[in-house]
Amino acid sequence: MIVVEPVAASGAPLARRNPVAKLVAALVFSLALIATLDPVAPALAIAVELAVLPLFGIRYRVLARRAWPLLASAAGILITLVLFAADRSGRVLVEAGPVLVTSGVLLTALGLVLRTIAVALPGVIVFATTDPTDLADALIQNARAPARFAIGALAAFRLVPLLGQEWQMISMARRARGVDAGRNPLAKLRLFVSTAFALLVGAIRRGTRLAVAMDARGFDAGTPRTTARRQRFTTADALLIAGAAVLGGGALAASILLGTFRPLIG
Amino acid sequence: MGAVTLRGFGWRHAGRKAWAVRGVDLRVEAGERVLLLGASGAGKSTLLAALAGLLPGDSGEQEGTVEIDGLDPRKARERVGIVFQDPETQLVMARCGDDVAFGLENRGVPADEIWPRVDEALHRVGFPYHRDRPTAALSGGEQQRLALAGALALRPALLLLDEPTANLDPAGATLVRQAVAGALDADTTLILVEHRVAEALPLVDRVVVLEPGGGVRADGPPAAVFAAHGDALAADGVWVPGRTVPPRHATAPAGDLLLTADRLGLPPRSAPTDLSVRAGEALAVLGPNGAGKSTLALLLGGLLRPGTGTVTASTILAGRDSGTPPHRWRAPALARRIGSVFQDPEHQFVTGTVFDELALGPRRTGQSEAAVKTTVDALLDRLRLAKLAGANPYTLSGGEARRLSVATALATAPRLLICDEPTFGQDRRTWRELVDLFAEVRDAGHGVVTVTHDPDFVAALADRTLSLERP
Repeated sequence: MIVVEPVAASGAPLARRNPVAKLVAALVFSLALIATLDPVAPALAIAVELAVLPLFGIRYRVLARRAWPLLASAAGILITLVLFAADRSGRVLVEAGPVLVTSGVLLTALGLVLRTIAVALPGVIVFATTDPTDLADALIQNARAPARFAIGALAAFRLVPLLGQEWQMISMARRARGVDAGRNPLAKLRLFVSTAFALLVGAIRRGTRLAVAMDARGFDAGTPRTTARRQRFTTADALLIAGAAVLGGGALAASILLGTFRPLIG
Repeated sequence: MGAVTLRGFGWRHAGRKAWAVRGVDLRVEAGERVLLLGASGAGKSTLLAALAGLLPGDSGEQEGTVEIDGLDPRKARERVGIVFQDPETQLVMARCGDDVAFGLENRGVPADEIWPRVDEALHRVGFPYHRDRPTAALSGGEQQRLALAGALALRPALLLLDEPTANLDPAGATLVRQAVAGALDADTTLILVEHRVAEALPLVDRVVVLEPGGGVRADGPPAAVFAAHGDALAADGVWVPGRTVPPRHATAPAGDLLLTADRLGLPPRSAPTDLSVRAGEALAVLGPNGAGKSTLALLLGGLLRPGTGTVTASTILAGRDSGTPPHRWRAPALARRIGSVFQDPEHQFVTGTVFDELALGPRRTGQSEAAVKTTVDALLDRLRLAKLAGANPYTLSGGEARRLSVATALATAPRLLICDEPTFGQDRRTWRELVDLFAEVRDAGHGVVTVTHDPDFVAALADRTLSLERP
């Protein structure tokens, strides 16, 4: 089994905050950024996010390694928009055959890329600094989420890494049976579907067994649950949320004051 | 506390024609230690599930009554603890201590009592680590001891164990049995299901044998039960202690070289290993859990790309393809030459019926439909699967699924057969059939490689052994 563990030092001042507080702070901060299409507000937000990273105990190198899919998708967005954007206003920067890059195109693309990164980073920070068990505990104790949902999801989450191994196993087992697709795309699709089906059958069986085992230990039996691990929501946690709201609002205000603000709606 | 009474008890799962268990009359007093036996399909696991209150009324049909201390088991759940076979699907939490605490939280035990009880339960089963250890970092034997601690922390009056050591290597299984022996209070009732009787006997003082057709076949102290019914039970597939199977070693010296591995490995899962397999020999690969035995089997079977070293097939095995390593062969060519049987039979099932499952390999390797039918019919007969030809492979019992998975590998008549734990969890009857089948295949000039931690199987079949260490 692969262990999904936080990558950050757990002692850092903000990493230690209540998981629900971190989650809400990330949401509040991201919400402010979704409101605008300009590149200034997200650029400021990214600067803020990178500045608070050490407070969460995340090293920049570790983040770069973790966040490469995010950077890759950002690059993809940039290229797609530069090539295919409908709005070709502004000064022409590059004209090569059918490709026409104008300042307007570049500005829109840059805004979207920065927005993607700025909105995703808080989520990355929260999950990199939060133990899944603590998150489930806090959701139950501080956000009044039903234990049936939070603990059930937590237990199911533990089985996710197994799916990858299972897929590999089923694929090899099929090859051993003389089943492969070669270069035929239709056969490839059929093999993919049948492997996925076998994976699904296995996953359902495993999930059922886990549910029975949880049942046997009195899970969701109607008795009021107690909690072995206390999660506390303190003033510091409230301050974290307030801080996130102020900083997110600040980025938005800066964009309005600079006159670059372009509302998402209208 | 912890007394069990069954009167004419039967259970039929919803949608099934046959009763999983039927006509059971049984009384177990508080503090008794019972070993529950019966051939594969006699309903042992269903009975344990009923005692644990895990058969909801709407999931099937019940006959007779089952009571724990006079209560319906569904209403006496806090008196019963159960440990299942598969460690991976009974641990709920990511950290060991949290997992033991899980049941206590569910039962509403006050928060300040939880951690002392967790520590006590971990201590009882001889758990060697701190409670912060990730459950994923444990070996199978350690995970099962943790599951036992999780059950014991709830202080059950009745402890049910459903083959808790079936998935473990011998060392891990011994640790779990020692934990059970050391952790039980004198007044705790124990009902244990276990295939390997000899190892389980020190834990029990009474043996109950279920009859596959319904009812209780035998009941009493182990010595008396085995003296009176030993032969019949052994014939039915029960592992009666002291009855050895005559070994089937090769009578002729090994023949042509089939496959050579030179420093073959896949770090970090399996360390570089040298070995060769010849026609007409059975090679057993041994080693503790985590030594990379299964990975080695996949590498030899041409299913994984080697990380280190090479696999070379001889011209006897591969003809013109002997220059290319097996993992680069097309699948039909591979299936014709090397048959691989996986630890979990269900991984290998591709079609909707047992017949098609057996016909798949021969069809893929280009045999005529008449030849396919001849091959399939012979295998169906040989492995007692003829009646199940139209059944869906996913509905077979453990023993049937195992026989089918071995038969599918044999259907393409590969010169080399590689099996991963083929005897794991099997009753004595299927076990003997597998030994005989592999011996036949070997004596017909095929090479047989089995990865196993079943010492009896090695003693009965292997001509040569190779032991791996943890890398």
